[in-house]
Amino acid sequence: MDYFLELFFGGLTRGSIYALIALGYTMVYGIIELINFAHGEIYMIGAFTALIVSSVLAFAGFSGLSVLFLAAAVAIIYSAAYGFTVEKIAYKPLRQASRLAPLISAIGMSIFLQNYVMLAQTSDFLPFPSLLPELPFLEELELSIGSTELIILMTTAVSMVLLTLLIKFTKMGKAMRATAQDRKMAMLVGVDVNRTISYTFIIGSVLAAIGGVLIASHIGRINFYIGFIAGIKAFTAAVLGGIGSIPGAVLGALILGWTESFATGYVSSDYEDVFAFLLLVIILIVRPSGLLGRSTVQKV
Amino acid sequence: MNAVTEPLLNVQTLTMNFGGLRALDQVSLQVQPGEVVALIGPNGAGKTTFFNCVTGIYRPSGGDVFVTPPGKKRRRLNGLKTHQVTASGLARTFQNIRLFQEMTVLENVMIGRHCRTRAGVLGAVLRDPQTRREERDIVERSYTILEKIGLAGEVNELAKNLPYGDQRRLEIARAMATEPFLLLLDEPAAGMNPRETDALEALIRRICDEEGIAVLLIEHDMRIVMSISNRIYVLDYGKKIAAGTAAEIWENPVVIKAYLGEETEE
Amino acid sequence: MPAIAHIRQSLIIALWFMFLTFPILVVRVNTIENIIEWRWLNMMYVGAGSFLGSFAWRYFLGRRERSASRNAVPAGTRQLAAVAVGPGYDVGPAGIALAGGVETGRSGGVEEKVSTPPAPPAKPWLHRLMDDRKLRRPLLLILAAAGTIFPFLPFTSTYQINIVTNALLYVMLGLGLNIVVGLAGLLHLGYVAFYAVGAYSYALLYHHFGIGFWTALPLGALLATLFGIALGFPILRLRGDYLAIVTLGFAEITRLVLENWNEFSFGPSGIAGIPRPGLFGWEMDLHGATIYIYFLMIFLCLLTIFVVNRLQNSRIGRAWVALREDETACEAMGVNPTAAKLTAFALGSTWAGLAGVVFAAKTTFVNPASFTFLESAMILSIVVLGGMGSILGVIIGAFVLILTPEYLRAFSEYRMLLFGLIMVMMMIFRPQGIVSGVRRIYEFHRGPGEQR
Repeated sequence: MDYFLELFFGGLTRGSIYALIALGYTMVYGIIELINFAHGEIYMIGAFTALIVSSVLAFAGFSGLSVLFLAAAVAIIYSAAYGFTVEKIAYKPLRQASRLAPLISAIGMSIFLQNYVMLAQTSDFLPFPSLLPELPFLEELELSIGSTELIILMTTAVSMVLLTLLIKFTKMGKAMRATAQDRKMAMLVGVDVNRTISYTFIIGSVLAAIGGVLIASHIGRINFYIGFIAGIKAFTAAVLGGIGSIPGAVLGALILGWTESFATGYVSSDYEDVFAFLLLVIILIVRPSGLLGRSTVQKV
Repeated sequence: MNAVTEPLLNVQTLTMNFGGLRALDQVSLQVQPGEVVALIGPNGAGKTTFFNCVTGIYRPSGGDVFVTPPGKKRRRLNGLKTHQVTASGLARTFQNIRLFQEMTVLENVMIGRHCRTRAGVLGAVLRDPQTRREERDIVERSYTILEKIGLAGEVNELAKNLPYGDQRRLEIARAMATEPFLLLLDEPAAGMNPRETDALEALIRRICDEEGIAVLLIEHDMRIVMSISNRIYVLDYGKKIAAGTAAEIWENPVVIKAYLGEETEE
Repeated sequence: MPAIAHIRQSLIIALWFMFLTFPILVVRVNTIENIIEWRWLNMMYVGAGSFLGSFAWRYFLGRRERSASRNAVPAGTRQLAAVAVGPGYDVGPAGIALAGGVETGRSGGVEEKVSTPPAPPAKPWLHRLMDDRKLRRPLLLILAAAGTIFPFLPFTSTYQINIVTNALLYVMLGLGLNIVVGLAGLLHLGYVAFYAVGAYSYALLYHHFGIGFWTALPLGALLATLFGIALGFPILRLRGDYLAIVTLGFAEITRLVLENWNEFSFGPSGIAGIPRPGLFGWEMDLHGATIYIYFLMIFLCLLTIFVVNRLQNSRIGRAWVALREDETACEAMGVNPTAAKLTAFALGSTWAGLAGVVFAAKTTFVNPASFTFLESAMILSIVVLGGMGSILGVIIGAFVLILTPEYLRAFSEYRMLLFGLIMVMMMIFRPQGIVSGVRRIYEFHRGPGEQR
């Protein structure tokens, strides 16, 4: 039973990270129908930025929670900046183009960012300090969950809540929903579509950065390539739940996290990545609109 | 000769639901050989939905769509895929022009010949005599159709470079290349000026009389509807509210009420 | 004054990029050795570079907007200003030039001729070059001669021949993918899976059954085709983006299975000792075999060019382009879209399989690391950047993309970086690719005596 719980919480943790990244994918797709291939790299850049900041701070003699918060804050700012810039350069000029052009551009951006970080830093795996605090009371409770895992879960939950509040109750949130539904119409009723789209990218990037910092602390090392695999999996999660649907992204992420956790725990750990892709392929074949998505009728 | 000829198109109590919305409600409609039949009604009445149901883009929720090609047996079209419907002899144009913009005028029409020809990959690669003959035939027939439509001069022009009226006519030419016995035109006169509309009217009349292709058209332009239709059906909110000749429809109070001064004169 | 506003904007952009790249470019962190390196010079470079770059960006973007409005389609025919920059997937008989000439058929006065349409914005010099019948033949002869002599030149090393053979492999792959992406318009991100099928087919067939190259060649192609049909069948009804992702997923699954199913594929270490193709039992040394494979690839490429060219302007080729343009209308005109897609997909896979077998024979060694998503992306780039649907474009694209990094060894570290950048820039500024093709032109002579 312990093992089961361990896998359960492990899956929950994975799912949380996937959710944080998947939300970026789903929101961007919902608003401009683009698979932002470079989103995984934003997550990776968040992790790297946090590493750099925490290293500098450590060097300067800081330690403890202040390092965590500073590193996370800077990582968030920078990820948002990168997300914003990528959109302006690689996607905005292609808004009117066919489907293939932005996709290629996104892939190109992804490759560019990966190599940018690799060349600027290193291609090695770099150890990442454990910035997350240990929670002593957990030992006593004897749950099958670790400190960092719990923190990840809580942070994700809080982020979800904040996001939901933002989408539902703020003016920008309404603008995002409107633009996602009908861009032309939103423009006509006075929504600043460009700003809304930028905002969407920024929010997605912020979440990805949070995910990056959390998982880097949890796993303990990063390299320039982590964005790719995490990105694909998060995208799988978004599709699984129904791309464009925010609750769908979370649901899909959790399902993916649990599937991976239990499959690697009980079946085989070699094929870990295969499960994600298999799930992706199956979902797309059986129900492309995803679990919570709606299939739209094409107007002829 | 039969006393009663089977209609080319016989739609019985066609119903179409989209979730909770009933777009078509028990609509029945017939098109006899040699006829030009118009389907009119206010915007949103379900006319294009009707076309989509008949041509297999939507699967009807209820009712039957029968066609009887000249000299053949009656068959039911429900559930057939669009390309199968076209192969059985029904061709259509679209409300918003859907030409193959990056292909030439001739090639657009040549696509229409696809369902009447057979050459496959092997034929394409080997260019055996049969394939070559088929290709020449495709080109010739397509060109002939363009001559009849009056677009032969634009043969090698990219479809996207044509003026609007020509694009609409090209769509008709393309549909004709499929050798239909019934042509479904979705607002062919939309956006045309009176001169173009007159030309279109003459064209449709020629198609019906000379080519022997019956026509079912959706239109808002009452001038052309009244002028060329043998019979008219009127839809409103998915229901058939009237059917008859032009004169009958013109006087029909139900029809007038449905439009309520919405009569369009382009 | 606009100039001052521009300068101010560029300054802001420069500052922005300096800020943006500060952590990653200026601070180099190594937590293994616990050092931090500060590279302030990078910041200067970024500042200067982005300042100047923003001017270029503004200029070229402005040019793009202006050419967009010039090419604007007459009102009412398109929904939005969805013009100009995209889609621009011009298909062309450009390859006909290379495949040896113009097609003429006569019957009832119908004559087919290949040339350019009357009013493209600015006729590319390449097209003008190809049109010139007098120039074309000598040009082709020179190319043929160069290609034939090349491996025997005194300064041509084995290594160099290998590089060119590699480029030829990508030409073949690009042309194969071109059928799927350029002609039929299907977003295929997993092409490399079929490449792997071909390569591993040969490797495994040899390993288990001792099957030689020439037998394996058709077998590999066949297996790849079957694979393509099997994969294509359930997924081809998916809409554009979804199709892209599912093909990507499938290719990754293939790679991961090859990597992990050790009993079948011998895992990450791969299979070695695959024999090179022989010529009637004549054993060649490395250099000789390399030359042999080189000519083999030339032959295969010519074959591919021939086939793709024939397909482009055939009934099925037109159906593909129509499918790409507007699937709904295409189906309404009697084309069975699923059959057409499946055919394109399967044919594309065939070519990948063929290339795979040759690849295995050339490198005598296969392992899963050769078949990553990046490879698929590269092949896709060759098609898109070279020119969608244009045979000549794909050939040029393959040579440029594969040979340039080889000959610019100094930059090899930055190769992928530039590659990604080029992908983005091309999509923005020249989405139709290096060579944009043209549609076939038909000539009609209707004299009084001609029938019909």
